[in-house]
This record gives sequence, structure tokens and C-alpha cells, in this order.
Amino acid sequence: MHNFTPLAALVGGILIGLSASAMLLLEGKIAGVSGICAGVLNPTKGETGWKASFIAGLLTGGLLLRIFLPRAFDFGIIRPYGTLILAGVLVGLGTRIGNGCTSGHGICGISRLSLRSMVATATFIASGAATVYIVNHLGGGWR
Amino acid sequence: MKAGVISLLAGIVFALGLGISGMTQPSKVVGFLDFAGAWDASLAFVMIGAIGVYFVAFRITRNMRAPLLAPQFAIPQRTDLDARLILGAVIFGAGWGLGGFCPGPAITALASGALPLVVFVASMAAGIYLHARWQTVGKSRPAALAIATADS
Repeated sequence: MHNFTPLAALVGGILIGLSASAMLLLEGKIAGVSGICAGVLNPTKGETGWKASFIAGLLTGGLLLRIFLPRAFDFGIIRPYGTLILAGVLVGLGTRIGNGCTSGHGICGISRLSLRSMVATATFIASGAATVYIVNHLGGGWR
Repeated sequence: MKAGVISLLAGIVFALGLGISGMTQPSKVVGFLDFAGAWDASLAFVMIGAIGVYFVAFRITRNMRAPLLAPQFAIPQRTDLDARLILGAVIFGAGWGLGGFCPGPAITALASGALPLVVFVASMAAGIYLHARWQTVGKSRPAALAIATADS
């Protein structure tokens, strides 16, 4: 585990938790990014404004990272374009079919002790691990 | 208007958390998912930190009738397990392991201006859009059939 960075991960996790908690306590909303994206792409009255603002916030935060913590964008692994296209479509499609991603199910749902979210999170981590095993150990890294 | 400002600020803090934690780096994500290789457990600590805070926040809401600045809570109420949940999670996990990005970090990393991120986020948006189209087709099909039957 030569890249083990538990403290940075914990601090980042706490910030994510604080952000999601603010959305819950102040606005009563679940900070699930895939649902927020879907809400912006398929607008419904009264629900699109705050979702678009949250996305704008993610992008603004991204710009701040680019200036103050460029290391955040040292991607390390970037797959070929064809693989990225497939991966992106799977992420978009899968999160909508399963009603959530790492934030909605993995953080908000698990914290609410939702069985659905616990099962979904265990499933996407297992599926992700199986995919990485196939790519890294059977497919030679797909470079 | 106020909700927009709070969402914007929450989005900024969320993105900073993702960046600091390592979630915006596919090498960290793939390292976390690589149980058979040089496993990097870091991202488990992201979940511990975030869940620790949100668990407390959710407990607090149990004693609140409404959120502080909105008329009501919009919290999912479903408790059933269905095939769609599992299928969706399997598909999402495959994409996550393949690309190393989930939705939040991908949008945040779009700010890097790197072309691969533009491609990934556009593909993700296409996947979301595709799903919405399928939903519409699925819903409108019975109506179309009814019209066809009425015509004949």
C-alpha cells in the first residue's frame, strides 16, 4: 500500500459529509450527484435550479483545486478514449437504473441505514473490483 | 435564490472534499478497487469520514419537522430490494472500475480542462439521457398501443 493516504482521505470525506449534511439540514435535499445530473439533463419545474447550482459549485470547486491543489488532477491512470466512452455510458446508465451512485447510495443512503443503499454500495464496489481484476490482472491494464 | 446560493457553496465544499480525498484520481480509485493487487485502502477513509458526519446530521433531522430553510424533507422512502437496483449497481460498478471516475469526481475534474474528462462526462450525460429516453418510451408504449387498437 505505497500510496496509502488515510488522513487526506478522512479530511476530504469529512468535507463531503459536511456539504451533504448542509444540503440535508438546510434544504432537506439528498446530495446524490447522479440524481442531480439527471435532474439538470431532464429538467422538472422547481427542482432544476438547486441542482444546476450544485453542479456549478462542483465546477467552481474544481477550478479552486486546479489553482490551489493541482495534485488532485494528477489522474495517474487515464484509459484510452474508447474505454472512457464505454465507462462513461455505463456510469450514466447504471446510476440511473440503480437510482444512485457513490454519493447518494454510498454516503447519504448508508448513513440513513437504508438497506437498498447498503446493497447497492456493496454491489457496485464488488462489480468495480471484478472489473479492475479483469482489466488489471487478466487484460494487462488495457493501456 | 437562497437555495441556489447554498447549493453552490455545498457543491464547492463537496468538490474540495473530493479533490483532497483522492477521489478525483483514477489511480486512487482503481487502487481501492484492486483487492487482488497493491490494494490502497485510502478511499475507505473517505467513506468513514463522510458517513460519520452525515450519520449525525441524519439523526438530527429525525427531531426536525422540516429543514431549516425549506418546507419539507425530500428523503427516499423505498425499502424494497429489486432487480433494477442490483442491475444498475452492477453496470455502474463496471463503468467505475473501467474509467476510475464516478459522477461527482468526474464533474469536478472537468475543471482540469483535460480532454479525457470532457469525453467521459459527455458519455456519462449520454448514458443518463439514454435512460430518460427509455423511460419515456416505456411509458408511452401502452398509450401508442391503445391508439393502434382504437384505430383497428
